[in-house]
Amino acid sequence: MSALQKVMGWVDDRFPLTATYKAHLSEYYAPKNFNFWYFFGSLALLVLVLQIVTGIFLTMNYKPDAELAFASVEYIMRDVDWGWLIRYMHSTGASMFFVVVYLHMFRGLMYGSYRKPRELIWIFGVLIYLALMAEAFLGYLLPWGQMSFWGAQVIVNLFSAVPFIGEDLSIWIRGDYVISDATLNRFFAFHVIALPLVLLGLVVVHLVALHEVGSNNPDGVEIKKHKDPVTHIPLDGIPFHPYYTVKDIVGVIVFLMVFSAILFFGPEMGGYFLEAANFVPADPLKTPEHIAPLWYFTPFYAILRAVPPMFGSQFPGVVAMGASIIVMFFLPWLDRSKVKSIRYRGPIYKTMLALFIVSFVGLGYLGLLPSTPVATLIAQIFSVIYFLFFLLMPWYTSIDKTKPEPERVTG
Amino acid sequence: MKRLKTILFLLAAAPVLAFASGASVHLDKAPVNLADQDSLQRGARVFVNYCLNCHSAASMRYSRMQDLGLTEDQIKENLLFAAEKLGETMKVGMTKADGKLWFGATPPDLSVIARSRGADWLYTYLRGFYRDDSRATGWNNTVFDKVGMPHVMWTLQGEMVPVHKKDGEHEVIERLELVKPGSVTLAEYDAIVGDLVNYLVWMGEPAQLQRKQLGIIVLAFLAFFFVVAYYLKKEFWKDIH
Repeated sequence: MSALQKVMGWVDDRFPLTATYKAHLSEYYAPKNFNFWYFFGSLALLVLVLQIVTGIFLTMNYKPDAELAFASVEYIMRDVDWGWLIRYMHSTGASMFFVVVYLHMFRGLMYGSYRKPRELIWIFGVLIYLALMAEAFLGYLLPWGQMSFWGAQVIVNLFSAVPFIGEDLSIWIRGDYVISDATLNRFFAFHVIALPLVLLGLVVVHLVALHEVGSNNPDGVEIKKHKDPVTHIPLDGIPFHPYYTVKDIVGVIVFLMVFSAILFFGPEMGGYFLEAANFVPADPLKTPEHIAPLWYFTPFYAILRAVPPMFGSQFPGVVAMGASIIVMFFLPWLDRSKVKSIRYRGPIYKTMLALFIVSFVGLGYLGLLPSTPVATLIAQIFSVIYFLFFLLMPWYTSIDKTKPEPERVTG
Repeated sequence: MKRLKTILFLLAAAPVLAFASGASVHLDKAPVNLADQDSLQRGARVFVNYCLNCHSAASMRYSRMQDLGLTEDQIKENLLFAAEKLGETMKVGMTKADGKLWFGATPPDLSVIARSRGADWLYTYLRGFYRDDSRATGWNNTVFDKVGMPHVMWTLQGEMVPVHKKDGEHEVIERLELVKPGSVTLAEYDAIVGDLVNYLVWMGEPAQLQRKQLGIIVLAFLAFFFVVAYYLKKEFWKDIH
């Protein structure tokens, strides 16, 4: 017995190291027919690690103080060795996190990854998405630019639209009557400690739930139905390591090429990743002409603005915005189709999904623009489609003409 | 289905059509070229002489101008008027309160002004001052109406007056006309402003040249790594059908 085997034996008697490695990597059997869309889960994990590591280095020089915050970011950009690189990795990473998460969620919609028995994976996923939005919102205040300040002001003011307790609620969140040093300090605390802990915990349960039931695949059929009679390994399954680790490395490199192209040659990404107005220090006395949230929030912002105020209150819009996210939790039970994957769905689901994507992207675009009557009308149409995709799903998925699913996965 | 596609197209195109007409001031293209060190050095001199009296650049250290090919001694002799030491940042003596009192608004710090305003805006703005006796400073600006800042470089450019034209109901400024020449020609003035804006763009992010150089190396490495990883994956997967 070699020295390494002895050490491993010693550890395994005390901690399930080999067993864990086997259960999650070398003997976790994933369907062999993963396609392009299956890169984004591991890429999301990569970006999470990237954000945590770069975040740690940023906190070493960032000052969570209304007087110093803006200048400390410029200090990182100029005087800290490789500070510009770390900061751009973090700012690019924030947007790219949403890019991969949106593509990951779209994959789930296409192949029915949320369907039984994966309902909890989906629910944990939506919770991750919620935590991610909170994390991004809190972090965006930290550079203390005009958009940081006024964006936070607008969003926190939404809470004041809640009837009766709204005013007190928003003051409680800010710790002040306006966004101020107190707000910056608490947002910093939540951004660097509270939310990352929540995110990590949710990612763990997301993966544990996934590895319990096994991965879905582009055909939407269960590979566990057909196992080798002797080894009990799914016939269409291959060990995650080494097959998907070597495959994911290729995906990671392509992703890093896109990431680097943005980071090194256009970190502002035309104002979508870093807004021009955020290079002006926060000024509580000067409201910018146009306050646009960052691109990954704009679909929901557009839904908020699409709902007209009722009885002089913005609350209905806030409710609609909240509902547009909450409705995602119910997806596993709204879908009544006999099949999971879009490959075997009928024309109605395909049309509804296409309309949903057009509406979501359209809302995202409209949310970037100043509000005009035409824009509001279009946003209202898109918002209705957004909700109908979910609310009519039990009906249209049950009448849709599906194709028969194959018994085994098809390449 | 065809009708559906038409509707979808119109829905998708409508916002573009609706917002394409958003009115804004025409901006001239700034001649930014960060590879031109002479231009950046000239711009730095203009910046220190004309801007750095009222505007600070509190994130920018004098010593960083070594990146523009200047030696420590050159910076000390030619550019270090408002500070004692090379490692200091570009601060100004004028207090915020004084600035507000004199100009109606505190002159903004210019460290990242090129990143918030954009090079074209700055280039057009600095060439857009004209005589306006209704203003306290005697100057107004085509890009920034009723701006608090006077025309600091008027001795160079000279005095411009607006030529109006009718645009429907409104009188708008068509162009500016030189009535009292300054010490340089208008073409030379454009070049001076061009150098200054070039410098401001560089100062907005002094690491940007290094960033782009490193980017090429990183992408080249990733491209190489991709080939290796691609064949590694192919090798592992050759038995999977």
